[in-house]
Amino acid sequence: MSVIPIRSSSSVRCTVNGRPVALEVRPEALLLDVLRDRLELKGARRSCDMQVCGACTVLVDGAPVSACTYLAVEVDGREVTTVEGLADGDRLHPLQEAFIDHGAVQCGFCTAGMLLTAKALLAEDPSPTSERVAEYLRGSLCRCTGYRKILDAILACATPKVAAG
Amino acid sequence: MLRPFALHRPATVAEASEILAQEGRDAALYAGGTELLVILKEGLLRVKSLVDVKRLPGLADIRADDGHLLIGATATHRTVEHAPEVHARCPLIARVARHVANVRVRSVGTVGGNLAFADPHSDLATVFLLFDAKVRLSARAGERELALGDFVVGPYETSRRDEEILTSVRLLPWPAGTAGAYVKYGLHERPTLGVAVALTVAGGAVRGARIAVGCVGPRPQRLAGAEGRLGGWSLADVERRAEEVGAEAAAAVDAVDDLHGSAEYKRDMTRVFVRRALLVAAGRAAGRESHERHPHTVVV
Repeated sequence: MSVIPIRSSSSVRCTVNGRPVALEVRPEALLLDVLRDRLELKGARRSCDMQVCGACTVLVDGAPVSACTYLAVEVDGREVTTVEGLADGDRLHPLQEAFIDHGAVQCGFCTAGMLLTAKALLAEDPSPTSERVAEYLRGSLCRCTGYRKILDAILACATPKVAAG
Repeated sequence: MLRPFALHRPATVAEASEILAQEGRDAALYAGGTELLVILKEGLLRVKSLVDVKRLPGLADIRADDGHLLIGATATHRTVEHAPEVHARCPLIARVARHVANVRVRSVGTVGGNLAFADPHSDLATVFLLFDAKVRLSARAGERELALGDFVVGPYETSRRDEEILTSVRLLPWPAGTAGAYVKYGLHERPTLGVAVALTVAGGAVRGARIAVGCVGPRPQRLAGAEGRLGGWSLADVERRAEEVGAEAAAAVDAVDDLHGSAEYKRDMTRVFVRRALLVAAGRAAGRESHERHPHTVVV
């Protein structure tokens, strides 16, 4: 017995920024297009279109993915977070506050991806070293700031390590 | 934008193999999609359907297997990075997994996809050569196992038959007293050069050496001549004479011109980086961690 392939549309149920969403999507639909064009979430941006730059980063079940190279059908049953889901109403997320305080935003094109990547890092490692932050941000490109301020903003949100002894 | 395709989601390996047999080159195996979706978007490959192997039972498992470490084809780089079995048996591989591409690729990209795509500028195949890696291929007709060196034939080319599915890779952990290192260099998204070395030391002398060089040629390779030179050396010999091994590796490596540089450049970089990797491994064998760092270089 063979399973019938998905040729046209299939239904995808997921949560996007905490809200349940049900959509019909074609197998070749990319998550980035579904977010931007159908859900009107414009925070994730298309730039390199080949997973090199990080501008389209969103979280799927907490893990950063390049929405430009990720099939929308894959989010069925999963939780998607975009930059629009970071703030709590009018209250910005601590990372967003830190990016403002440290001047870590210039043109803003990379910011959504940077924030979400940083969120995933701090969830995995609440007290990363500066080296670890830089390592984790490999493939998240900013053409304005030179990264120092982005690094500082993220480190400002890290939980201080309790000194041994 | 992607051209339309049908998405198959088979429930068993036999079913997947059947679809592949029927559709031939019109179908492509799909796991993480980190390589496949890019070449589809670029129009470098056109297919009518994708065969999703992520739902095949057991394919993402990582486990001990008769003294070996078995990594399922659909295990992601991120899973490998965190898997206790990998840390316990082949810790270098866990550390390398943490430095593959970028975090987004590691979240979804798979070990099997990486090997089967056979991009010459890849980390895993080079490192796996140090663990006598064997890949398992399954089809309706049965299963076969191939040494990784026989599986990767050339750039983007493997000996996988159309109806076969790469289901796992089996690695032989190193003997006790072995210290390894992986050093990669690159200014681009993918490494320009990757050197993996391991030294097995007993009674103060090198009893076994493994050296693999990747990214500089059509496929990664073990360098038996350079490995042989190290036999019987003390760690002090290794530190003093690593340059000789680097030169031997540079002479033997199959380097080609590409966008990362000329064959001559890569040969020279091989000489330098084999030396550096040996110094890191020799330091580790002696219980020391080198903190020497070089630009655009990742020491794992």
